[in-house]
Amino acid sequence: MDAVWLARLQFALTVGFHYLFPPLTIGLGWMLFFYQTRFLKTGDPVCQQLSRFWTRMFALTFAVGVATGITMEFQFGTNWAAYSRFVGDIFGAPLAAEGVFAFFLESSFLAILIYGEGRVSRKVYWLSSLLVALGATLSAFWIVVANSWQQTPAGYHLVNGRAELTSFWEAVFNPSTLPRYVHVIGGALVVGTFFVVGVSALMLLKKKHMAFAERSLKSALIPFFLAVNLVMGLGHLHAVQVAETQPVKLAAFEGLWETRTGAPMLLFGVPNVQTEKTDWAIGVPNALSIMVGQSKETKVQGLKAFPKEDRPPLLLTFFSFHSMVYLGGWFFTLSLAGLFLWWRGKVAQNRLFLAAAALTLPLPFLANELGWMAAEIGRQPWVVYNLMRTKDAVSAAVPAGQILASILLFSLIYSLLFGVWLYLLGRQFNKGPQPLEKEARS
Amino acid sequence: MITLQVVWLLLIGILIIGYAILDGFDLGVGCWHLFAKKGGERSAFIRAIEPFWDGNEVWLLTGGGALFAAFPAVYATVFSGFYLALMLVLLGLIFRAVSIEYRNKVEDPRWVAAWDVAFSLGSILPSLLYAVAVGNLLRGLQLNATGDYTGGFFALLNPYSLVVGLVGLSMFALHGALYLAVKTGGETQRKARLWAAQAWRVYALLFFVAAGWTACCYLRSGVVLPLVLATLAVVALALIRAFNRKGEDLKAFLASSAGIALVMLAVVAVLFPNLVIASNDPALSLTVFNASSSFRTLSVMLVIALLGMPVVIGYTVFIHRIFKGKV
Ligand code: HDD
Ligand code: HEM
Ligand code: HEM
Repeated sequence: MDAVWLARLQFALTVGFHYLFPPLTIGLGWMLFFYQTRFLKTGDPVCQQLSRFWTRMFALTFAVGVATGITMEFQFGTNWAAYSRFVGDIFGAPLAAEGVFAFFLESSFLAILIYGEGRVSRKVYWLSSLLVALGATLSAFWIVVANSWQQTPAGYHLVNGRAELTSFWEAVFNPSTLPRYVHVIGGALVVGTFFVVGVSALMLLKKKHMAFAERSLKSALIPFFLAVNLVMGLGHLHAVQVAETQPVKLAAFEGLWETRTGAPMLLFGVPNVQTEKTDWAIGVPNALSIMVGQSKETKVQGLKAFPKEDRPPLLLTFFSFHSMVYLGGWFFTLSLAGLFLWWRGKVAQNRLFLAAAALTLPLPFLANELGWMAAEIGRQPWVVYNLMRTKDAVSAAVPAGQILASILLFSLIYSLLFGVWLYLLGRQFNKGPQPLEKEARS
Repeated sequence: MITLQVVWLLLIGILIIGYAILDGFDLGVGCWHLFAKKGGERSAFIRAIEPFWDGNEVWLLTGGGALFAAFPAVYATVFSGFYLALMLVLLGLIFRAVSIEYRNKVEDPRWVAAWDVAFSLGSILPSLLYAVAVGNLLRGLQLNATGDYTGGFFALLNPYSLVVGLVGLSMFALHGALYLAVKTGGETQRKARLWAAQAWRVYALLFFVAAGWTACCYLRSGVVLPLVLATLAVVALALIRAFNRKGEDLKAFLASSAGIALVMLAVVAVLFPNLVIASNDPALSLTVFNASSSFRTLSVMLVIALLGMPVVIGYTVFIHRIFKGKV
C-alpha cells in the first residue's frame, strides 16, 4: 500500500469520525439557547429541565468533538506536508482565525454552561448558551472557508511554485464559501433538532420519563421542520454553485456523460466507466437543465467534456450525493408527518411515527457524512481544485508503515471512544431528566 | 518585511508560551494525579482544572494554526518529521480530554480508576514529548533540499533530547503542583507543597545539566541573549523555592509561570534566526526569514491577532474570576 493512499485513508477516517460530533454540538447548541431563552422569558421550570437534560447530552458530545478535532488541526502538517507548503500562505490563516475568533469563545463559555450554573446570574447563563452556540457556528465558518478555498481557489497568485495571497477577502469569500457554509449549518441544525426528536421518541416508545419526553418531542418538531427546509433549499443553491464552479463534479453527481440541453436529473442509475454510460437510469427529463439555468435549453457539461484523468471516482461520488438527497427527502416527509400528528393531538401516541423517528436517529449524521464525501471525493483527483493533485500533496518524510501503524492505533482508540460515548448517552437516557424544581415564576 | 517576520516569531512565541503556562498547569496536575488519594482528592484535582483545560488547549491549536499561517514550511517540516511522536501526543491529548469529562459519569470505582490512568498518562506523555521535540530542534535535524526530515524516528530519541524532555516534564510537574497548592486546602495543600519542593529539586538539577550541555554543544549564534534569559530563569527558580518555603503559593505559581516564559524565550534566542536547523547542511535550515509567508499574509494575520488576542485574554481572565477560589 502506498503512502498517498494510506494518508488519504487516515484523513478520511479521522475527519469522518470528527464530523460525527460537530454537527450535533452546533445544532444542539442552538436548541439549548432556545430553551434558555424560553426559560428566561417565561420562567417555566420545564424549560429549565429541558435545558439541563440536553446540556448533559451536549457535554458528552462536546468532549469527543474536541478530542478528535485536535487531531485534525495537525494533520495537514503531518500527512500533507507538500500541500501545507504549497497553500500555507492562504490556508493557515482561517485555521488561526478559527482559534482566535471561535474556539476561545466556545471553550470559555462552555465552561460556564456546564459547570457554572450556580455561579452566575440567569442572564449571564443565558448569554453563555448564546455564545457557545455562536462560537460553534463561527468555528464552522472558518473551517469551511479553508475547505472551500481548496474547492474553488480565489484571491491568490502562483509564486515560485506556491500559492500566495493577493486578496484576503476574495480568498475568504471564494465562490463556494457562502453556499457551502449555510448548507453545512443547515445540515448541523438538522442533526441537532432531530436528535431531540429521535431521542424523545425513543423514550416514549420505551415508556420512560413520558411527560418530559412528550414536551421535549414537541419542542423540537417545528425547529426540525424548519431546519430540513433550510438544508434542502440551501442545498439547491449549493448545487447551482457547483454547476458553475466545478462542472465536472456536478456531472459526476448526476452521472451525466454527454454535454447537452434538456439534461435530466436522475433518481437512480449506475454510472459505468467502461461504457461511459449510466446504466439503469431513471430520471426527470430536463430537470437538471432547469435547475442549473432556469430553462430546459440550458446546456450542462457532461463527463466526456473532461479528460479522463481529471474525472473523480464516479460510483462513490454519485451514490453519496444521491443518498444525501434521498435522506433529505425522507427527513422532510418525517417532519411533515410529525407536524400533522401533533396538529391532530396524537404525535406522542402514534407508535408508528415514534418507531420511524427512533430508527431515523443515525440518519442525519449519515447525511452529513455523505455530503462531505460527495464534496471531497467529487473534488478528486485534485487536492486544490485545478492547482494541485492529491498525489503530489503528501508528506515525503512519512513512511507508509508509520501511517499504517497510526491508522490502526487511531481506529482502535476511536472505536473505543465511540462505544463509550454511546454508552454514556444511553446512561443519561435511562437516568432521564432531574425532577422538576418547584420554584415559582420569577 | 523583516520586522513583520520577527513580530510573527514573537507572536507565535507568545501563543506557545501562553500554552505552556496555561496548559502546563493542567498537564502538571495530570502528572501527579495517580499519586493522589482515590476518591475525594482526585475529584478535587479534576475540579481544579475542569473549567479551564479546554480554553488552555486552544492556545496550542491557535499556535499551531498561526505557525501554519506564518511559517508554513516549518509547520510542514516539523509535523511531518515528528510524525510518530506527534501521533502519540495526540493520543495523549485525546485521552486527557475525554477522561476529564467522562471519569465521574459512572460511579463504579473501576471506571473511575481506568479514566484516572488515562488522564495521567495522557498528561505525562505530551509533557515529555513536547520537550523532546524542543531538544531535537535545538540539536538540529537532517533535512533534504525540499525541507523534508530524513533522519528516521529513532534518531529523535537521542540522549540530549531525552534530557531536555525530562526538563520539560519536571517543569510542568512543578508548575502543576504549585497550581494545586493554590487551588486546594488542608491536607491536600500540604501534600502539593511537598510535591512542589521535590519537583523543584529534580527540575533545578536537570535544568543546569541541559543548560550546560546546550552551552557547550549547541550554541550557534549569539551568546549574550540566551545567557541573560537563562540567568533570569535561574532567578525565577530561586524565587519559586523561596515562595514555596514560605507557603506563598500564588506568588510561587506566578514565579513558575515567569520561569517557563523565560526558559522558552531562551530556547528561541538560542535558535534565532533559525527555526529548524539542518544539522547536515546549515544552508538548508529554515529561518525566520526564508520560511515565512508573504508580506500580505503576515499583515492580515497581524490584524487578526490584534483584534482577537485582547478579547481572548479577556475571556481567560473572566473565566478564572468566575471559577476562582479553592475547590
Ligand atoms: C461544520 C463544522 C466543522 C467542521 C467541518 C470541522 N469542525 Fe472541528 N469542530 C467544530 C466544527 C467543525 C466545532 C463544532 O466547533 C467543535 C466540536 C466540538 C468543539 O469543541 O468544537 C470542533 C472541534 C474542533 C477542534 C477542537 C477545539 C477545542 O479544543 O475547543 C479542532 C482543533 C478542530 N475542530 C479542527 C477541525 C479541522 C482541522 C477540521 C477540518 C478538517 C474540522 N475541525 C472540521
Ligand atoms: C478544512 C477542512 C478540510 C480540508 C482541508 C480537507 C482536506 C482534505 C484532504 C487533504 C484530503 C485527502 C486528500 C484527498 O483524498 O482529497 C481529504 C479527503 C477527504 N475529506 Fe476532506 N478536508 C476538509 C474537511 C472535510 C470534512 C469536514 C469532511 C467531513 C467528513 C471531509 C471529508 C473527507 C473525505 C471523506 C475524504 C476522502 C476522500 C478521498 O480521498 O477519497 N473533509 N480532505
Ligand atoms: C434536497 C436535498 C439536498 C441537496 C440538493 C443538497 C445539495 C448538496 C450539494 C450539491 C453538495 C455538494 C457541494 C460540493 O460538492 O461542493 C452538498 C454537500 C453537503 N450536504 Fe447536502 N444537499 C441536500 C440535503 C442534505 C442534507 C439533508 C444534509 C444533512 C442533514 C446535507 C449535508 C451536506 C453536507 C454536510 C455537505 C458537505 C459540505 C458541503 O460541500 O456543503 N445535505 N449538498
